Amino acid sequence: MFSCRRNTRTVFSKLLRSTSQCRSASQASTAARLNRPVDFKKTPILHQTQNSARAAFGLSQDAPVDWVNLHGAINTTLHHALKTDESVLLFGEDVAFGGVFRCTKGLADEFGAARVFNTPLTEQGIVGFAIGCAAEGMRPVAEIQFADYVYPAFDQLVNEAAKFRYREGSTGGNCGGMVVRMPCGSVGHGALYHSQSPEALFTHIPGLRVIIPRSPSQAKGLLTAAILNCNDPVIFMEPKILYRAAEEFVPRDAYTLPLDKAEVVKKGKDLTIISYGQPLYLCSAAIEALEKEIKGLSVELIDLRAIYPWDRATVMESVQKTGRAIVVHESNYNAGVGAEVAASIQEGAFLRLEAPVARVTSWGTHHGFIFEKFHIPDITSKHIGSSVSITRC
Amino acid sequence: MKFQNPAEEAAMPTYRIIDADGNVVDQSRDPSSTPAEEIIQWYRNMLTVSIMDLIMFDAQRQGRTSFYMVSAGEEGIAVGSASALSPDDVCFLQYREQGVMVQRGFTLKEMMSQLFANKDDNGKGHNMPVHYGSSKLNVHTISSTLATQIPQASGAAYALKMQRLINPNVPPRIVACYFGEGAASEGDFHAALNIAATKSCPTVFICRNNGFAISTASIEQYKGDGIASRGMGYGIDTIRVDGNDFFAVREVMLEARKRALEGDCRPILVEAMSYRVSHHSTSDDSFAYRAKREVEEWKRRDNPITRLRKWMEKKGIWDEDKEKEARASIRKDVLREFAAAEKLKKPPLRSLFEDVYEEITPEARTHMKELKELIEKYPNEYDLSPFEGGLKSLQ
Repeated sequence: MFSCRRNTRTVFSKLLRSTSQCRSASQASTAARLNRPVDFKKTPILHQTQNSARAAFGLSQDAPVDWVNLHGAINTTLHHALKTDESVLLFGEDVAFGGVFRCTKGLADEFGAARVFNTPLTEQGIVGFAIGCAAEGMRPVAEIQFADYVYPAFDQLVNEAAKFRYREGSTGGNCGGMVVRMPCGSVGHGALYHSQSPEALFTHIPGLRVIIPRSPSQAKGLLTAAILNCNDPVIFMEPKILYRAAEEFVPRDAYTLPLDKAEVVKKGKDLTIISYGQPLYLCSAAIEALEKEIKGLSVELIDLRAIYPWDRATVMESVQKTGRAIVVHESNYNAGVGAEVAASIQEGAFLRLEAPVARVTSWGTHHGFIFEKFHIPDITSKHIGSSVSITRC
Repeated sequence: MKFQNPAEEAAMPTYRIIDADGNVVDQSRDPSSTPAEEIIQWYRNMLTVSIMDLIMFDAQRQGRTSFYMVSAGEEGIAVGSASALSPDDVCFLQYREQGVMVQRGFTLKEMMSQLFANKDDNGKGHNMPVHYGSSKLNVHTISSTLATQIPQASGAAYALKMQRLINPNVPPRIVACYFGEGAASEGDFHAALNIAATKSCPTVFICRNNGFAISTASIEQYKGDGIASRGMGYGIDTIRVDGNDFFAVREVMLEARKRALEGDCRPILVEAMSYRVSHHSTSDDSFAYRAKREVEEWKRRDNPITRLRKWMEKKGIWDEDKEKEARASIRKDVLREFAAAEKLKKPPLRSLFEDVYEEITPEARTHMKELKELIEKYPNEYDLSPFEGGLKSLQ
């Protein structure tokens, strides 16, 4: 129904030239029309006005809101959790001085070294310790310094945390209340071991909840729910590029968001884009470009938020309406979250589909230091993905 | 310049109270003042484990259960250490500590329910046999994965310590964590002891050094002076004890518990030496890697049950008649519970989907429905008769 004039990656790749984005080892092109840096001061993903934040959370016109970035929002959430429930503990590598990303700044001073503390450098120890704390009724928040370093704890997460309640059966034992936070995703210069998004390794595991917030206000509601209300172990992955970059108005008072519901971030009728975390900003920019380019086009954007267990109903409802879907994530292509979402759409909305479900992801390779801009999904790749999807009727 | 050579250091001594003949060798801890009834109860608990082990091993061989693990030769470590714990203390077990369960009051009925995974099984049919657990007895359900329980025990002990900081009226509690010398090679062991030491956790780590990890002898498992020597490296108070000496294990555990709770709390490492008389499990034939004669020699020379019996006989509180009577009555009780548990239905099919999350997820509900439809369509392909409630539980 819509035509796409230039729908190959080759054509658009010619637009890629070097630009001066700070601290990136690989550069965007100065001539780029699509692959411009995300303008965090304008993106509709963030609440740029006080009233936008109030409206989103159903608050009154005089409800207090603060302008905060992602690490600030996480810090205030942790502060609130520690203050609200004395069974909350906070620990990990370098947590006491504030953490390498400043998320735990000031908390050891206020709540003391018994509740907020450094651990030795041992991921399997940190998660095992957290499971034991939770099994005896505490609500431990464990920090893994980078998602790239979670693998020593894989056994504790997969064989222990995920299966704890199942193993205990009617004894009622469980490790609910445990939240394992970890920064994930690329930042421009992280290469192989400071860029990974290993969520798909955990979404395969029944028993774990995997959550990835897109913004400060989302992080606040989701993390509060994970720490204080949820009785299942939660892996909370924070896109670290957003820690400072993503700033918005966030309600000051505490609130929670559901840990099993996706959210329609932007309504549309012709195509559904499903994503989560950092790529949502790129999706939003790509949609904006595409809707300008193709008159009358409207694209729906869904943030999964809960990556597992995930909200199939919201996605299915959208695709039943639009008949087209693209899944976008920063982690690799093969057996990624996109594979599961695409397969579910194929099962649940096959007769309504007007084009194959597309995936826009990182390639099947590693995060080569100088190649990041060519590796992770960008606005161009989403733009093309959308165009291709739309023209295939 | 001097390089320390561990081979030149003296091995850590092994603490004993009675020798293999039942004679007291540490007069300062002479157990004579302990009431005879208590000692007899401990002895009976060791006998119970031993008798149940033989019955269940044979039951597996007859195909009546799928799997079993005996703990012959290690009854003294389990019952002796557990006898020194408070009921409020929390236990993390490996899988060869039936004696801890029996000593803490897990009934034969509860054990048989688990072994047969019947409708009364605490694990709701989720776990293999010997994976016991009881919230009433503060014992976390056993996981097959080796050593994963050790850092959890550090965290659990930290939780108990924090709860006493929050509310000083809570009784002081420790965590007792059991594992074998093979499991101590896992990274989890290192992580656990290091974190417990740095965070001053009241955990008593009890290593059962029985000489074998399935077929791998301890000489291939480590080069240093056992597991105990490692405790020093972590800055942890450590003791090695003769695991066949019931009284020594008990006294060591009493002292370990006391020390663990002193001041700001601290972890303790206990290495209890024994010999795995049994095969690793019913899936193992240990004569493929060790001589039968060696095992027979060990059985004849030393055993925690016969050692305590010798001491009791010397004290005049036990004799051949009492032994016969005790063995006969325990055997009868075990067989009675065996027969009763074997007859009971299995937990409902729904249990397959329960306890993954606190609430059954929409995804799992869909799967439950699909399974139900599948069975309805092909009723002859599935035997529902053992399961309580049949197909109805999948609503």
